[in-house]
Amino acid sequence: MIINHPILGPRDAQEFVYLGDAALIDRPDGLTAGNEAFHDYVYLRDNPAGVHRELWYHEQGDRSWLVVTRNTVTHEITGVELARDVARSRGRSK
Amino acid sequence: MPDLVLKPLTALGHDAPLTESLGPWTLTERADVALASLAPRRGRAEDVARIAAAAGIALPSPAMSAMGAVFGSFWMTPEMWMIEAPFDSHSDIRAHLLGLFGDAASITEQTDAWVRFDLSGENLPHLFEKLANFDLATAPEGAATRTVIEHMGCYLVKRSATQVTIYGGRSSAQSLHHALKLAAQAQA
Repeated sequence: MIINHPILGPRDAQEFVYLGDAALIDRPDGLTAGNEAFHDYVYLRDNPAGVHRELWYHEQGDRSWLVVTRNTVTHEITGVELARDVARSRGRSK
Repeated sequence: MPDLVLKPLTALGHDAPLTESLGPWTLTERADVALASLAPRRGRAEDVARIAAAAGIALPSPAMSAMGAVFGSFWMTPEMWMIEAPFDSHSDIRAHLLGLFGDAASITEQTDAWVRFDLSGENLPHLFEKLANFDLATAPEGAATRTVIEHMGCYLVKRSATQVTIYGGRSSAQSLHHALKLAAQAQA
């Protein structure tokens, strides 16, 4: 599998480490959002057969976090973004 | 008080840096380079670029390296570079860079974290086909990347067609040296 890194171009997937659902970026405020929301954030994941947005870490490369849009059935990768850009576009990472 | 005479050792544990022939290639351990990483603080990128330009420190584009009169540098990650300088004149490289950049950048001493091996000779891509998942033959001159050699994370800088620098973790210097030696035996 090849991941098309937004800065470095196509790189072998073995250089990357997989974390999981990119929804992890949307962490609720632990003080105001309530237990339910935080419980769901910590424990509940969708497990779609199809298009999935997930976090990958370029451990053996530039050590950036990426949001990779991948089809879990075909392994086709349709989008790769820097997680930093995604987080900032959602108002995270002040 | 007895005189305390401390004896510096290289990363491979010897008195002097190693130079050896590996078939057609030459391996040189470099203990004469001081290292520090430089990362502009949020919103200070322009200040850092201006100070670096005035000080003769190049801040190369992604996956590239640069060599100046005193300072060398290579790109590590977005908004972070490794700065190289001669150890004799810059053994306190962090203090030196702090004097230049002040609070515009975060600077981390890196000298003793790494072992540096320079490999030179013709047909280096043939050697690296065995070692790393990085196409040295098609990479441009000055290319710099992080890669894996025998499960060890390393930085690799292509100085020219006949010279390559590898930075590996200092604590695994002997394992990295062993890996380079074995690959050279196999590929020579």
